[in-house]
Amino acid sequence: MKNIKFLILGIFFAIVLSKSQAISWYRFYEMFKFQSFHMFGIIGGAVVISAIIMQLFKSGKIKDINGNKIVPKPKKKGFVSTIFGGTLFGLGWGVSGACAAPVFVIIGFKLVPALIILAGALLGAFIYGLISKKLPN
Amino acid sequence: MDFIFQPWAWYIGGPLIALSLFLYFYFGRDFGASTNFETLCTMAGAGKVSDYFKKDWKQRDFALMFVVGLIIGGFISSSYLIPNQTIDLNPKTVQELTDLGFANVGNQYFPNEIFGDDIYTSLKGFLILIISGVLIGFGTRYAGGCTSGHAITGLSSLQLPSLLAVIGFFIGGIIATWLIIPLIF
Repeated sequence: MKNIKFLILGIFFAIVLSKSQAISWYRFYEMFKFQSFHMFGIIGGAVVISAIIMQLFKSGKIKDINGNKIVPKPKKKGFVSTIFGGTLFGLGWGVSGACAAPVFVIIGFKLVPALIILAGALLGAFIYGLISKKLPN
Repeated sequence: MDFIFQPWAWYIGGPLIALSLFLYFYFGRDFGASTNFETLCTMAGAGKVSDYFKKDWKQRDFALMFVVGLIIGGFISSSYLIPNQTIDLNPKTVQELTDLGFANVGNQYFPNEIFGDDIYTSLKGFLILIISGVLIGFGTRYAGGCTSGHAITGLSSLQLPSLLAVIGFFIGGIIATWLIIPLIF
């Protein structure tokens, strides 16, 4: 059961997102309308602190549990794929208020609607898998 | 104990998300959530249809444990930790949504207009959820990440593709809230 730590981390992350309202549809609507600082504060705060953590990883001051240097995998490059894929994701995110981790958290709040979003997301990932070679990067 | 039941401010949530990222990397893995959509497709047998899904999902079992944790955490939060789902929204937001025909704006986390009984009775309600889901699944895989992978991990590790992806996220989100939501409600 070496993966039990990820289960506990999942529970913790879900509670953080829930308690800080970062899974609420209204909070995302407010953010995209620039009517509140709340979500910008959460995401911005997480990014700034994470950037400091990344520097500690990079300098080797913090190693992982096995004593290995921590290096985040490089993200796949591609101008069209990241901007256009990102925009498509943003459309779904803006309408439903759900993204990849929160959709699982929302299952605990609104079971059936969240499962429908998840079914759609799996279908979307499946369609991407089928046509990925034909898409521009 | 009072703190547990109150909503947490952004300056609590932001650092705790960073702590989650830290622990994920400390445990030896890259922080992100949208790859799970692919993994779940693989488990469901998508490899039979497309080589893209011919992957060993057991190598990503840690991420599936994380997902199970997310569901359990969501259940614990909704059942025990949030006695009151009222959200202190900008009065302008409340007014706008009320004008669009939304009821009880900010009295719960999820509006009934999208997450309510409509999905059982109207095709429109169902389509809003399923199409959003398809865009989320397709878009995150095409862009190579979601808010956790790109906006938090990618930006904080200063990766240019993540900046582009996040710009895309916001273009899409702004189009959705400014144009599509007024159109469909």
